[in-house]
Amino acid sequence: MRKRTGISNLYLLFITVMMYLPIVIVMIYSLNESRISSVWSGTSLRWYEALMRDRTVGTAIINSLVLGVLSSLAAAVIGTLGAIGTVRSRFRGRGIMAYLATLPMMTPEIILGMLFLAFFSLLGLPFGMTTLVISHTAFCIPYVFMQVRARLAGMDHSFEEAARDLGAGRARVFFDITLSLIFPAILSGMLLSFAMSFDDVIISVLVTGVNVNTLPILIYTRLKTGITPEINALCTLMFLATLALFLLSHLAGRLADRRQHGKPHPAPAAGGPANV
Amino acid sequence: MQGKRRSRGNAAILAPMYLFTVIFLIGPFVYMIVLSFLTRAETWGIVNTFTLRNYQKLLEPVYLHSFGESIRLAVYVTALVVLIGYPFGYFMAKLPPKARGGLLLVVMVPFYTSSLMRLYGWIIIFRANGLFDRLLMVLHLTDAPLKLLYTYPAVVVGMVYALLPFMMLSVYSSVEKMDWQLVEAARDMGAPPAKAFLTITLPLSLPGLMTGVTLTFVPSMGLFFVADILGGNKIVLIGNVIQEQLMKVHDWPFAAALSVILMLMMSLTVWLYRRVTGVSEMEGFV
Repeated sequence: MRKRTGISNLYLLFITVMMYLPIVIVMIYSLNESRISSVWSGTSLRWYEALMRDRTVGTAIINSLVLGVLSSLAAAVIGTLGAIGTVRSRFRGRGIMAYLATLPMMTPEIILGMLFLAFFSLLGLPFGMTTLVISHTAFCIPYVFMQVRARLAGMDHSFEEAARDLGAGRARVFFDITLSLIFPAILSGMLLSFAMSFDDVIISVLVTGVNVNTLPILIYTRLKTGITPEINALCTLMFLATLALFLLSHLAGRLADRRQHGKPHPAPAAGGPANV
Repeated sequence: MQGKRRSRGNAAILAPMYLFTVIFLIGPFVYMIVLSFLTRAETWGIVNTFTLRNYQKLLEPVYLHSFGESIRLAVYVTALVVLIGYPFGYFMAKLPPKARGGLLLVVMVPFYTSSLMRLYGWIIIFRANGLFDRLLMVLHLTDAPLKLLYTYPAVVVGMVYALLPFMMLSVYSSVEKMDWQLVEAARDMGAPPAKAFLTITLPLSLPGLMTGVTLTFVPSMGLFFVADILGGNKIVLIGNVIQEQLMKVHDWPFAAALSVILMLMMSLTVWLYRRVTGVSEMEGFV
């Protein structure tokens, strides 16, 4: 028995190391002085300096942040209301709605990109931030929707009933009880949406305008046309930012959970995917 | 009862998602199907004449070949992801709670990290005279650099690597909430470990496995940038063809026809998989 846990632990360790290997390599090479990445000519921060001077990178970062925030907020509102609607109402089409809401997850991104590109040009929408926000919102809704739905399904209704018995109105019950109970799910769906939006290449490449670059689009074009060491530095900074955001959301989720259940949750509460 | 009023009120809050879905999801899907039967204009744009030419064009060897190539790659990638990811999710779920929570955090971080950055790491590793080549030569396994970048194996590695977390996490959440007493009961009644696994554990973790397979198989046909970046222009997947038709050739009706067929293939795969495993609900992931 003991030997077997040894082997399984070794396996977990090996795969985990392999998952981090490319990330760590990029981080190490971002400190390489040389322009050619196969030559190591000493440590330096010159690529970080070059990055700071690069205007296009700054604009791309801002675009990505704006896009991520707008689309995850929109997805949070639409997805949450949709989840409450499909779980609570006896509306006829709710089964179909629930299926359609998850459709973007079941569709390869390249097809979603194609759909949006063709449809937006049919509508004559100007390609750029508007089209990016609409398409990102569309593929982010399922993440919020499914998290909130799962939370609602496992929720204890006695709080809401108690509040109603004590004379609280529908709106009051919704804002004071329901919303605060599903809030961790909304938050975790939003964070997942933000991460998905911030990382998206395929759809963004297709629906963006000529002059609007997001960070992934910029990195993708640069990786295709010839690698500059700046990319190493940029990726490293992005990774550190993601890591910070992730740990922060994890802490926030734990605090929220502790407040609700009086004890910490074993899984990372704001961690998203595996959490439900 | 208050039921009627309540349900009407709740139906109204469905309105935003309903409207958004109809306008920005069903609309585009319908338009894609219509578009696939329209004619491409001589120079630029689309002419509204019905044609089946786009679907006939699909039968040309170039495109048949790339459909074949995509399916082959998706099958390899999915198989590898199952082989690597299933044991990982399974072992992870069997860890003591504290270690489990910690490892889950550690696994989630790469999942949230930009997939381009993770791919870029592989470029550095696989490049001619890169880290992998030098490691092999130091170990005297090869004498000359293998130059793995821009080859088929590089694309497979990149895809497996990009999609692995989905499988790990969905298997994990399925195994984690399993009732282990069932396995113990089977063992007590004399079932060898392998049999207990095959008759109890595997069926109970099928929903997670299914979610993982779907979330691997579906994207692996469309991830054109992995084939682009790690495969050079040598490996042309169906995703690459669609992208090229959209961005370079500007034959949108043909791109639409390709998408319709890909979509049908996808739905068929998911449907078949559900029939075979008998699982209908996606589980585990989100």
